[in-house]
Amino acid sequence: MSLDSQTDGALHTKLIEDVLSRYPDKTAKRRKKHLGVATRIQEIAGEAEPLSECDVKSNIKSIPGVMTIRGCAYAGSKGVVWGPVKDMVHISHGPVGCGQYSWSQRRNYYVGTTSIDSFVTMQFTSDFQEKDIVFGGDKKLEKIIDEIEELFPLNKGISIQSECPIGLIGDDIEAVSRKKAKQHEKTIVPVRCEGFRGVSQSLGHHIANDAIRDWVFEKKDVEFEPGPYDVNVIGDYNIGGDAWASRILLEEMGLRVVGNWSGDATLAEIERAPKAKLNLIHCYRSMNYICRHMEEKYGIPWIEYNFFGPSQIESSMRTIAKHFGPGIQQKTEYVIAKYRPLVDAVIDKYWPRLEGRTVMLYVGGLRPRHVISAYEDLGMEIVGTGYEFGHNDDYQRTGHYVQEGTLIYDDVTGYELEKFIEGIRPDLVGSGIKEKYPVQKMGIPFRQMHSWDYSGPYHGYDGFAIFARDMDLAINNPVWDLYDAPWKNKPAAAAIAAE
Amino acid sequence: MPQSAEKVLDHAPLFRETEYRKMLAAKKLNFECPHPDQIVTDQSEFTKTWEYRDKNLAREALVVNPAKACQPLGAVFAAAGFERTMSFVHGSQGCVAYYRSHLSRHFKEPASAVSSSMTEDAAVFGGLKNMIDGLANTYKLYEPKMIAVSTTCMAEVIGDDLHSFIENARQEGSVPQDFEVPYAHTPAFVGSHIDGYDVMVKGVLENFWKGKQRSEVANTVNIIPGFDGFCVGNNRELKRLLDLMGVSYTFIQDASDQYDTPSDGEFRMYDGGTKIEDVKTALNAEATLSLQHYNTRKTLEYCQEVGQTTASFHYPIGVEATDELLMRVSEISGKEIPEAIRLERGRLVDAMADSQSWLHGKKYAIYGDPDFVHAMARFVMETGGEPTHCLATNGTSAWEAEMKKLLAASSFGKDAQVWASKDLWAMRSLLFTEPVDLLIGNSYGKYLERDTGTPLIRLMFPIFDRHHHHRFPLIGYQGGLRVLTTILDKIFDKLDRETIETGVTDYSFDLTR
Repeated sequence: MSLDSQTDGALHTKLIEDVLSRYPDKTAKRRKKHLGVATRIQEIAGEAEPLSECDVKSNIKSIPGVMTIRGCAYAGSKGVVWGPVKDMVHISHGPVGCGQYSWSQRRNYYVGTTSIDSFVTMQFTSDFQEKDIVFGGDKKLEKIIDEIEELFPLNKGISIQSECPIGLIGDDIEAVSRKKAKQHEKTIVPVRCEGFRGVSQSLGHHIANDAIRDWVFEKKDVEFEPGPYDVNVIGDYNIGGDAWASRILLEEMGLRVVGNWSGDATLAEIERAPKAKLNLIHCYRSMNYICRHMEEKYGIPWIEYNFFGPSQIESSMRTIAKHFGPGIQQKTEYVIAKYRPLVDAVIDKYWPRLEGRTVMLYVGGLRPRHVISAYEDLGMEIVGTGYEFGHNDDYQRTGHYVQEGTLIYDDVTGYELEKFIEGIRPDLVGSGIKEKYPVQKMGIPFRQMHSWDYSGPYHGYDGFAIFARDMDLAINNPVWDLYDAPWKNKPAAAAIAAE
Repeated sequence: MPQSAEKVLDHAPLFRETEYRKMLAAKKLNFECPHPDQIVTDQSEFTKTWEYRDKNLAREALVVNPAKACQPLGAVFAAAGFERTMSFVHGSQGCVAYYRSHLSRHFKEPASAVSSSMTEDAAVFGGLKNMIDGLANTYKLYEPKMIAVSTTCMAEVIGDDLHSFIENARQEGSVPQDFEVPYAHTPAFVGSHIDGYDVMVKGVLENFWKGKQRSEVANTVNIIPGFDGFCVGNNRELKRLLDLMGVSYTFIQDASDQYDTPSDGEFRMYDGGTKIEDVKTALNAEATLSLQHYNTRKTLEYCQEVGQTTASFHYPIGVEATDELLMRVSEISGKEIPEAIRLERGRLVDAMADSQSWLHGKKYAIYGDPDFVHAMARFVMETGGEPTHCLATNGTSAWEAEMKKLLAASSFGKDAQVWASKDLWAMRSLLFTEPVDLLIGNSYGKYLERDTGTPLIRLMFPIFDRHHHHRFPLIGYQGGLRVLTTILDKIFDKLDRETIETGVTDYSFDLTR
């Protein structure tokens, strides 16, 4: 793999042409808009590096039959935003499947007594039957809420995560929620995240955010003594403990994290959020909506930050500290200095093993851009990246991270991703479970970058050490050299990739 | 600072370090507004009582931790068992992402399927356009020999008609006129994944058999395995037995190669599966045997309609269940069961005899798909064990009756209870109030193991947290050996753990057991 961005750009342009030639004309025309190569745009005064531009269409409907990797609005709401709120019961409202397939799969860590005061790794479903479709499910939903109150009385609230049929059969889950909330004196949140709404998980995030605004905020008197350094961490789902590895740093900086959203969250932390001084948002894509709302309604400013890899951690901590002034800034410098030896030791150990290795990413949320610097901190190079459900503002932000010539793919299809990987043969691919095994069959090391491949955390300094270890163990495992039977007289696929 | 470059600590050890424990304790105290510890403990204890069990089992609407999935998952699995067949699921796209992930997490293999990606406008106007465009794209991009269409609940609720949609798409030129597009309606609000399997297999057979003249070839037999997370090991094992017998057979639906492709530098989107030509000629078989009765009720009915002899089994695990299958195969095929297989049988019996003292009188809770539960209960009784709780969330009243008959026939089953359509939250109450020695199920059972301390044996789909078990057979005499060993390992490991404390319990830490 060459490191020359122009050569890369030419190869990538060719790969795009090749995949498009395979589609029916109409589909090729539509897919063309989603694929591109990052170009250099004019240098901007004050910016150290010239920016790149990722000019692709996004957040529009997937094309039928092409094997999109995207999920649905339910996945965005139940799977991402609401599911991790630990002291609430989240009902997957509709048939059994959606809740079953998403049960315990996002690794949203939490501490609690599961099934008594915490419910994240449980699957509550209304298990719709034909009669519920025909006669409506509202009566059943009422009964379900009553049964939850009887059997799981320590829940702090209930959310109703709508599956496809709910919106199609005209159930009034809002009316049921109001009635039952009053009767049980509990927070009950109806969420209209039916899977057919929108074009991906993304609308589900938005709907889930709106449900917090409409059904949680200002519904109770929140007793809480605010402090001068109160912050909410928004859009960290505590996958493998990410939010904890971040919280520890923010506390060391002298900040008081009054709410974790939504990994390891309690309802109380969400209710009090409007009393904080600053919102820190990690996954912009899934929770910018509520930050904007809190800014407009309560005057709380928000800052995007990035806790992947030391360069971004340091610059993020300094940006956050600046907001609070010299006291916090001083502590922050102390924190940065404290962790510097760890960072140096990690880089010293892993840089020689990872330097120059190329990476392709295809993930969701913030990761297609946020993790790039973490790889670069280890001497690795990103040659392609794309979003499952990004919007235009995500691609704009990506320009700050990628080099000219990087291949950009939005809502990539199974076919395209396979051909791109085959054509580029990167040293590592970071994507999801559906992509993992096809890529590994090709002899290319892979890490799941949704679930951290059952490892983590990857956020913060503690997480960076794990991230470095995991990338090393993926790439430098001896298994990749065993793919070819020695009696077959041809050069090893893995060996070609390594050159 | 606990982290270091020399010894990197990931989540499991990292968060046990003092810094994190303190941080999390402070978070709880200051920000989480938790219930007082005593209230949590009291409620936790209450859930272990008979009083809670009664309330729990009286539930009428709420389902918690069910042991079943929805129909289209079964349809996607079924389609994966045919040569170069792409699953095309008509409806919302998120569902397909879920089926693929679910199958990949179990098999640790690629799972390909496409969606017609219907959104709000399709909910209003119907998904015909999505079908037309979708089939064209799938045909062009993925070069399948066959596209097997099933549905998500969205398409079912709005009433899309697959037959006419597919014909429309054909007219529009999405696929060639003679291209095979079998289909099955698979509403998620009816039945479970095993029914989705059933109707998809039936859809494939109808696609090829309808209107065709059947000319029976005596002594030939079709085998339908059913939805099976162990298809890789099981199908290969059964083929080995049938080959030993010299039987002329066709597997109808065989995903054993699809879900076990080699790593050699090439990604095979399709591998193995029943050949389309073989599906066609399977019409002429004398008989069709189903390895899982409750997975194939409609399919077998159809096989009878076309004139075939049919028989169904319950996932033949253990001695007698394997005996029955082989004798039936022998009867239909006219082939003797060879001496080699009799010796295999003897070796399984030998192993059971060697270990019987460790197994006799052990109590089990078993859950899973109906045929699996039947099979395990039967095998457990063969070893002298007692299947105290037999639970299938997707078990019907017919299954319940059949289970009761099986249990009543053995003195080891006289105290057994059958729980049709109950979930794993019900099982939790059962395990607390009427405890057992061992729990047999799938990965979801680990939460029951944590809460009740009952050791879990993973022998059923899905298994996410252990690797490669599905590559080894459970059925047949060889499979029986594997099941036996797995159970014994669990018993011995537990006994060793209980007797490992130096100077306290290690008098029983016996070298030979």
